[in-house]
Amino acid sequence: MKVTVCIGSSCHLKGSRQVVEQLQYLIAKEDLGDKVKLGGTFCMGKCQQGVCVTVDDEFYSVSPETVGEFFEKEIKQKVK
Amino acid sequence: MKNKRVFDTKVQYLKYKVLREVAREAWDDTLLEDLLDIPKKIVSGKTPTMRCCVYKERAIIAERVKIAMGGDKENPNVIEVIDIACDECPAAGYEVTDSCRGCLAHRCEDVCPRGAISFDHNHVAHIDKSKCVECGRCSKVCPYSAITNRVRPCQNACKIKAISINEDGGAAIDNEKCISCGACVYQCPFGAITDKSFILDVIDMIKKNSRDKKSKLYAVVAPSISSQFTYAKLGQVVSGLKTLGFHAVVEAALGADMVAYSESKELVEKGFLTSSCCPAFVSYVKSAFPELTEHISHNPSPMAAIAKYIKDIEPSAKVVFIGPCTAKKAEAQLKEVKAYVDSVLTFEELQALFDSRDLDITQLEEEALDNASYFGRIFARSGGLSDAVAEAIKEQGIEDFDLKPCSCDGIEECQTALMKKKRGVLTENFIEGMACSGGCIGGAGCLTHGEKNKAQVDAYGREALEKTITDAISVLKM
Repeated sequence: MKVTVCIGSSCHLKGSRQVVEQLQYLIAKEDLGDKVKLGGTFCMGKCQQGVCVTVDDEFYSVSPETVGEFFEKEIKQKVK
Repeated sequence: MKNKRVFDTKVQYLKYKVLREVAREAWDDTLLEDLLDIPKKIVSGKTPTMRCCVYKERAIIAERVKIAMGGDKENPNVIEVIDIACDECPAAGYEVTDSCRGCLAHRCEDVCPRGAISFDHNHVAHIDKSKCVECGRCSKVCPYSAITNRVRPCQNACKIKAISINEDGGAAIDNEKCISCGACVYQCPFGAITDKSFILDVIDMIKKNSRDKKSKLYAVVAPSISSQFTYAKLGQVVSGLKTLGFHAVVEAALGADMVAYSESKELVEKGFLTSSCCPAFVSYVKSAFPELTEHISHNPSPMAAIAKYIKDIEPSAKVVFIGPCTAKKAEAQLKEVKAYVDSVLTFEELQALFDSRDLDITQLEEEALDNASYFGRIFARSGGLSDAVAEAIKEQGIEDFDLKPCSCDGIEECQTALMKKKRGVLTENFIEGMACSGGCIGGAGCLTHGEKNKAQVDAYGREALEKTITDAISVLKM
């Protein structure tokens, strides 16, 4: 599974660093490092909906507050 | 005419008008058809305003058009002399003018270390050129300021002496010595020395990109942009770039954060280092102090570092660096950089690009630009890189290294520091080399150069969301 987080300016201001840190922490905690590849990108063209995240090309709008829930539903459950 | 105020000098404005016209024709795919009409379009009418006649003015514009289209392909230097534009300025050195009153004091004679000054029957001073060493002391002591120094502005600007006078009396650049810093470009009052433009390559990339959508185009902007385009907001410049057709705008300052972090490690490991950010400085060390080349940091420049990162995550991406620097145009052609940076524009050229599309950026919504930390952003001014390296050492918890930076503001200070290092008398352990005075904000490709620019860079630095280098680069480690 490929998870891409936008680290462009707009998403950065909305907390993409916190989203990345949380995802890195959760992936390590759940020991999903082999199955989930986390990567960054600059701008997905949907700045209004940031922090922009894609999971295998499926788009999600995530925030530092919702990242835990997002991880459970869209990453952890789907990868297992 | 509003754009006249955007630039420091009328030379820049003229250069801009040519670039804008060439760009307009390129957007419309009519450049080849209309190429020969551009000089007449810019110099219309019959009354000359710059030279002896409109025909010479147009001939020079035609040369400027060539340079706007990439210039002489045979000449590897990105800086070129327009021979017919060179006014062959007087270059006689120290001369006594008719302000000499034939006084009694003869301070000029007393101060001259070579006995080069004599007096005629009217007691007027004369300088024997075969003895004069151009030290200038006579000029300083004359109470009438009667002794002037006639040097060519280009030669005066080129502190590393890469400009000489050829047999026809025109300026000639020694490509072996030239570091492409652009000091002469900015200083020549006739605009006879200029930097080659790659604006057409950028227009081609934008067009191709909008047609086939295969590759995304990234603009990497230098932090000195914070002191430029002051008639608009920085966020509007970002919007302007996106309106032109760039997919995203990324701060080169994030590359500077990356560089500060790894350069500090390299410095601690090696004990002595010079920076590698300024391509003109790097080129100067290599040509004038080859024995010190091994001390140049092995880090890429911030431009190359961030461009490489972009291409690593997206190999099909195209990257255009936009900054104050003419030497970056040369850096982008180096074999180790070429793969990452597809083209380079100066701020002057970006202004021409905006206006070639009649894009009034002051009417646009602001867009965010925030990737780097305070420390990455202050790379744009002299001393900033040393501050960032000190911060990176601190952030990494390295306590047993005593950083002693030597921040060289301008190529002459670089020369002094390198000379000291060569002789083994330099007490500092890190040379921050910036070829332009003030650092990048003094770059030849800036629209304006002002007193406030440093304060503007610092203010922009403080606006950064990330306060530490570690936080700024943490997102890159995925």
